[in-house]
Amino acid sequence: MSNIDPILLLSAIIIVSTPILLAAIGELVVERAGVLNLGVEGMMITGAVCGFIAATSTGSPWLGFAGAALGAALLSMVFGVLTQLFLSNQVATGLALTLFGLGLSALLGQGYIGVKGPVVPDLYLPVLRDIPFLGPVLFRHDAMVYIALFIVLGVWLFLNRTRSGRVLRAVGENHDAAHALGYKVVRVRLLAIAFGGACAGLGGAYLSLVRVPQWTEGMTAGAGWIALAIVVFASWRPGRLVLGAWLFGGATALQLALQASGGVQIPIEYLQMAPYLATILVLVILRAGRAPGSLGRSFHASS
Amino acid sequence: MTTPLLELSGLTKAYPGVVANSEVSFDIARGEVHALLGENGAGKSTLVKTIYGLVQPDAGTMRLDGQPFAPPEPRAARAAGVAMVFQHFSLFDAMSVAENVALGMETPPALNRLAAQIREVSQSYGLPLDPDRIVGDLSAGERQRVEIVRCLLQEPRLLIMDEPTSVLTPQEVQILFETLRKLRAEGVSILYISHKLEEIRTICDSATILRHGKVVGKCDPKVTAARDMAEQMVGATLSTPSRAGGRTGEVVLELTGLSAPAPRAFGTALKHIDLSLRAGEVLGIGGVAGNGQDELAMALSGEMSVAPGMIRLKGREIGTVGVNARRRMGLLCAPEERMGHAAAPDMSLTENALLTAGPREDLVRHGFLRWGRARGFAERVIERFDVRTPGAGTAARALSGGNLQKFVIGREIMQRPEVLVVNQPTWGVDAAAAATIRQALLDLAEAGAALIVISQDLDELMEISDRFAALNGGSLSAPRPAEGLGIDEIGMMLGGAHDMTPAHGEG
Repeated sequence: MSNIDPILLLSAIIIVSTPILLAAIGELVVERAGVLNLGVEGMMITGAVCGFIAATSTGSPWLGFAGAALGAALLSMVFGVLTQLFLSNQVATGLALTLFGLGLSALLGQGYIGVKGPVVPDLYLPVLRDIPFLGPVLFRHDAMVYIALFIVLGVWLFLNRTRSGRVLRAVGENHDAAHALGYKVVRVRLLAIAFGGACAGLGGAYLSLVRVPQWTEGMTAGAGWIALAIVVFASWRPGRLVLGAWLFGGATALQLALQASGGVQIPIEYLQMAPYLATILVLVILRAGRAPGSLGRSFHASS
Repeated sequence: MTTPLLELSGLTKAYPGVVANSEVSFDIARGEVHALLGENGAGKSTLVKTIYGLVQPDAGTMRLDGQPFAPPEPRAARAAGVAMVFQHFSLFDAMSVAENVALGMETPPALNRLAAQIREVSQSYGLPLDPDRIVGDLSAGERQRVEIVRCLLQEPRLLIMDEPTSVLTPQEVQILFETLRKLRAEGVSILYISHKLEEIRTICDSATILRHGKVVGKCDPKVTAARDMAEQMVGATLSTPSRAGGRTGEVVLELTGLSAPAPRAFGTALKHIDLSLRAGEVLGIGGVAGNGQDELAMALSGEMSVAPGMIRLKGREIGTVGVNARRRMGLLCAPEERMGHAAAPDMSLTENALLTAGPREDLVRHGFLRWGRARGFAERVIERFDVRTPGAGTAARALSGGNLQKFVIGREIMQRPEVLVVNQPTWGVDAAAAATIRQALLDLAEAGAALIVISQDLDELMEISDRFAALNGGSLSAPRPAEGLGIDEIGMMLGGAHDMTPAHGEG
């Protein structure tokens, strides 16, 4: 244990948690609007491949992130149209979206396996980066780390401080009442689903452009499912979402560090399981808060 | 004579298979309380939704203040000065009062300024409200105040109220009427939808009666007898239920210190309920919705397990006994919610009969369903209770509310229960069907069964109960003989009138 560097570990937690945080904040908005989209994994991996293709063909990682958000948002609209306009079952459609996304990304990424993508530079933050301990842990990362945190802050402000955010929460809480008051339930939900898709796409692209950085089939490896779990863990509140993402990121970074240090004499499969077990344990121990009242229910303006 | 505030002429709206409104025309004058009367399914809701912009008419026109008025959406109706208090509240449980009010406004001010306005308006109309409370924690009466205050803040010219008193205690009704009188004095017109005729006689200046989507009569409710209005609504003469007289027998059901925590968020905990029920007796349990009615019904039916000694059936402790075992022992229950609780919507009536009548009617043998017997049982229920349906193979979902209610109540009655617990037996059921159900309940008591009738409808409870008790915050008042019980005493028993004061100023 002694040869694990705490600075490197903490810094790794931030990196590992960023893609989950991005996907989870998108799903949080979707669920607050009353829609359960289980296709996060599929949207993430689609974002990962779209981002990688866009970045390698333009040479710009930023266009890569933009392409990832766009691609995953388009994919999420498949889910949106099916569940909101054709009233298909949200659980089944979401699961189908994950399977579809995994297949689609494998097809799109065929020519890109082993290709090297453009490098995403770390943000140079003068003064801050030189603070002892905190500097290397918090202030020597790429821009997406901070963008992700700003998105979380923005979502919090949106949900709690703006009229549109209040309408979105109202739609998720009681869609019949929101409709009776004259709000466009389906439109609000489609926008939320598109935002959720874009965020999942950014999360996926963070994997293929920053963390790995390469395209590999199935590279999200369940991150989308963890994002879904963290939304519940966070009781649908953005602040706790960050904690949840760091907790999972922490467990992952710790097991990676333990593997690398070679100081622990157990099969590495146990270490690989650890973050997922930790997430499940925390979910069981913590009583989840109250879910949005209309979560997962189809809305049809019939009455 | 000035022009009326709202003129409706020839409004027609058809849905596939049913004409909801047909050539509906009437006027609402300025500063009057106008009653819209009709049975369920008479087209009242469609009509008010048309006025509020939620439904577009197929034909016909409306004029507001002499100007053509055709709101494409509620927003436009609100902007024109039309506000609506919904029957099923359009509120959001997880949000605060102030947020709920803001959601119903076109251009809400910042929340803290809005909170001050809410306090001011709610005080001046005698409807005190704390803007910071979470709506899910409020009583039904308080929730309605949120709806009303939301409307008042928009200074409406026409206020539509859809069955506003169905969830209120008598005292709360008085306070509501004071508020309405004050609004009328300020020149606001009110369209008041109800089927409670005495209320309409108290508060309304004129009335329009709808039946099958058509206007069948207009009257001045102050000088028209309630019975005449009722018969115009139903289109037939009505009979009131009757019973020979109460002979009661042994104690069959005993509750001793029945307590249970709330089974879900925003539920109510049951607190030390003591009760003994004799054979042949009807005990009416009143109370404002959300005071433990559902929880009490769940504890009695066996859906919620309690300590063994808290419930005794004929001396046996059954607190932990399951639903079907209780049925076998003679304790039957008909829950409030028809769709999804009392009946599985997508299953046929035969299958629904099997669901509760299996143990007592011998419809299941060695784990196999006996379809012939089940169909026969369902058909007997349909015939005896005049359930209007093509046959026992029809899905429960396809029945109208009143017909399905007759079926689910009838299904329990036909099993010859020794103790029957019914929750809201005539909720949302038209007058004729309600009379059938009440008569069947009385006949059952006459035959020696003990009945607990939980209801929001005090008139119904007074009509059929031998004794009356009230639920308030999960506690049950001591039962009192129903005969001779005055409305004020009932109100005190319901105890739902805390922190309510009559409106200030002239009434």
